[in-house]
Amino acid sequence: MIPGVDYIRVLPELVLAIFGIIVMIVDPLLDPRKNQKPLGGIGLAGAILAIVATFFQAQYPGTAFYGMVRVDAFSIFFHLVVTVVVLLVILTSYEYMDVQRIRAGEYYGLVLMGAVGMALMSSAVELVLIFIALEISSIATYILVGFRFRDAASTEASLKYFLLGSFATAFFLYGVALMFGATGSTSIYTIAEVLRAAHPSTLAYVAVALMFVGIGFKVAVSPFHVWTPDVYEGAPAPVVGYMSTAPKAAAFAVLLRILFGAASPGWFWLIWVSAALSMTIGNIGALVQNNVKRLLAYSSIAHAGYLLVAFAAAPQIGISASMFYAAAYAAMNVGAFAVVSHFANIGERYVTLDDYHGLGRRSPVLAAILTIFLLSLIGIPVTGGFFAKFYVFSAALKANLVGLTIIGLINSAIGAYYYLRIIVVMYMREERGVVPVMRIPPALATALAISLIATIYLGVLPGQILEYASKSASALLR
Amino acid sequence: MTTYSLDSAILTVVTFIPLVGAIFLLFFPRRPREIRGFALLVSVVDFVVSLHLPWHFERGQSGFQFDLNVPWISTPNIHYHLGIDGISMWLVLLTTFLTPLCVLISWKSVHERVKEFFILLLVLETALLGVFVALDLFLFYFFWEGTLIPMALLIGMYGHERRVYAAVKFFLYTMIASVFMLGAIIWLYANTGSFDFTTIQAALHGGQVSGLAGASIWLFLGFFIAFAVKVPLFPFHTWLPDAHVEAPTAGSVLLAGVLLKMGTYGLLRFNVGLFPEEARRNAPWIIALAIIGIIYGALVAMVQPNLKKLVAYSSISHLGFVVLGIFSFTQMGVDGAVYQMLNHGVSTGALFMLVGILYERRHTFEISEFGGLATPMPVYSTFFMFIMLSSVGLPLLNGFVGEFLILSGAFQAKALYGILAATGVIWSACYLLWMYQRVFFGEIKQDTNRSLPDLSTREKVALWPTAVAALAMGVVPLLWLNPIEPAVRQVLAPMSQMMSQVMGR
Repeated sequence: MIPGVDYIRVLPELVLAIFGIIVMIVDPLLDPRKNQKPLGGIGLAGAILAIVATFFQAQYPGTAFYGMVRVDAFSIFFHLVVTVVVLLVILTSYEYMDVQRIRAGEYYGLVLMGAVGMALMSSAVELVLIFIALEISSIATYILVGFRFRDAASTEASLKYFLLGSFATAFFLYGVALMFGATGSTSIYTIAEVLRAAHPSTLAYVAVALMFVGIGFKVAVSPFHVWTPDVYEGAPAPVVGYMSTAPKAAAFAVLLRILFGAASPGWFWLIWVSAALSMTIGNIGALVQNNVKRLLAYSSIAHAGYLLVAFAAAPQIGISASMFYAAAYAAMNVGAFAVVSHFANIGERYVTLDDYHGLGRRSPVLAAILTIFLLSLIGIPVTGGFFAKFYVFSAALKANLVGLTIIGLINSAIGAYYYLRIIVVMYMREERGVVPVMRIPPALATALAISLIATIYLGVLPGQILEYASKSASALLR
Repeated sequence: MTTYSLDSAILTVVTFIPLVGAIFLLFFPRRPREIRGFALLVSVVDFVVSLHLPWHFERGQSGFQFDLNVPWISTPNIHYHLGIDGISMWLVLLTTFLTPLCVLISWKSVHERVKEFFILLLVLETALLGVFVALDLFLFYFFWEGTLIPMALLIGMYGHERRVYAAVKFFLYTMIASVFMLGAIIWLYANTGSFDFTTIQAALHGGQVSGLAGASIWLFLGFFIAFAVKVPLFPFHTWLPDAHVEAPTAGSVLLAGVLLKMGTYGLLRFNVGLFPEEARRNAPWIIALAIIGIIYGALVAMVQPNLKKLVAYSSISHLGFVVLGIFSFTQMGVDGAVYQMLNHGVSTGALFMLVGILYERRHTFEISEFGGLATPMPVYSTFFMFIMLSSVGLPLLNGFVGEFLILSGAFQAKALYGILAATGVIWSACYLLWMYQRVFFGEIKQDTNRSLPDLSTREKVALWPTAVAALAMGVVPLLWLNPIEPAVRQVLAPMSQMMSQVMGR
């Protein structure tokens, strides 16, 4: 008999799933020629309720469903990141779908369903459940990527993402199987006991490596990043804002659970090399991009690299640094893509740097907001991005990873250049031709306000969040 | 532990008045007149409030005053720690003194995106003030980076033809260099558990920091590179002529007047203050770079056909003097260096204003376009002469005091330094006087120059304060040097201990 409190421990997931289903049921009842805003409203309600459910759930820590799910400070942290991102993405999509003339109710359903998987990823403590959660979130994003179905690039992106993604999840599953072979269990905590008790077998090392391949693909770290630019370019901009933050944060949560929760062996050099490669390839790749979405795709590879630096650092302080990074990155990147999706206009016509010429004059408010997000991505003080980088590098230096820190610092200096390019064209170049700028709809304004406040808040008063993150880290390591 | 008296709050007030003003400006309607007026009001109020500092400063006392230390962020242990000594106090005043003049000088020359311009200017002022009052290394870095964006935007949005190139170059040079400083700051935090300047200083000097022996040279260099680019010290100077020539007048004034001082201030406060031993060990090559800068800057200035570039290169030469003074490690030399920072702020700031005034009339900086300007513009020529002489270092004007102190300090340290640097004084007289002759004397070659209007009241109001300051600083230097001396003595204290150990006295 499953006790009732167990359902509270998956309450946000239940809420998201129920609202996803409601969207699916209501969709056929609506006139397909009319706009889909009521569905967006339902999605919005679902996201808000999921946030409320997460806060409610925080009072009931513990495991549920025979030790498959665990609610602790760690899972709550990532639940909040995921649900807030969902909220922001729905707000961003609200007008976007209308402008792009995409009439498909299942869009909001998929966003919510995907979030079920992502939320579950952060609270699952059993490898098979983690795999299922990973699949739920992945399949939803595969479809979402293809939503600009009038554009061949979008369909191509969807197919590419799907094929490569399934391949990567297969690696993950293979790793799970080997881990089961090595330790006789799929529960994170039993695995940890077994691995700590005796010298881990070779099988366990291989298992960790394979699982890292699977997760590495999801979070787009080198050398598993090749799909990223094409997919980000093809996918609808709000979806890119979504998939570059929420599933990534969730996948990083999984990686933290597997590496540190399960006391996995032999991950250090995997992470080290992958971090160094991601930062370098991401930043250098971004230097030559002319499409803003592609540029931000490379930037997201670089940021995943910075995040991995914290992984390499040390358990306690590194985990909290990486969690902070995930939250700060989510805030600024969702915000940046919200602006990009607004500027993109019908058919995402205006997404190259040339189209951004002189935006500071035509749309001063949006340009200023985008500038703040970009400065945060560079890591300039008073923004969340600064403290995120700061915590990561100080964690790395505490762990004496001088080499990796230097690579990271040099990379963040290189990174400044391409973000700056966007700011430069917005403010210092004359506009070319007529690129129309639409009025800012209220939904988008709300989304921007939330992500802006979050970015600045993390940049001015990061203490509280970091403290919560380090509490979560000890919950993870217990 | 903190009492919130006026004295502890004053630095916060001075620092953030411009920022608050900028936030108010955000909500102003786009009416240039009101915007300019408000910006002027804010900057003047800030200057008046900042006069509280020298008024209530305990002269003759070393250590930081108007101290305010409240925890800001718990992990990592960052404090909102402000305080000034005799060195930083004058730099704060220099900043608040120059900003209203910048507002005045930009009154007419900025007519597009006026609101953004003054917002950026005020934000820049806050960041600059923050750099000088921050005593928490983290807070310092915070403000340090904070100066970068408004300045780059000012250059890039309101500059001349090659503004974008100059802005990006300025941004990247400074950004990349300060990353090394950030690395050093993080290392210090990781190994001392504090960002507090005085705590770190005590820990470093007390030898309580593990792993310092191997790291100290790298830490020294980490700070050094960030500051050397800002100063700029030869060979890190190439961004400066571009940035200066392309920047709008107000940008140049603040760039030369205050921004460059961030570099020399940092060298004195952090490189010498935190790592006296490394500073001593590395002094010879740093002095060599400084002297190269003095002579090279002067020689390049001499051959410039572009008026603004000439002033820009003269900055490189003058800032070389400051670095020389700092690394002479003599009381006189460092006193003079601090004094010269202020002088340079006043004189070169005024020179850039004058050059900007000319540009507003003729839209060119080419020296060959002018000649005989003394006839149509007598008042302007007089101001120019006065300021130029203060920059040359004529006795009774401010430049003389600074250069004299620096050179005496340099002679004390090593005669050769003094001899080489002294040639710089001659060079600067050469290029400035020659430039003056070509621009103001002789026949009027261009007809358009015949009818150039002389200074307007607004321009006179902007220039008078600098002239008065230049004279006052030349006649009663002790007024300024009094608070500087104890602060310098404290910076040099570990140095003289070391000296006596080395020499076995």
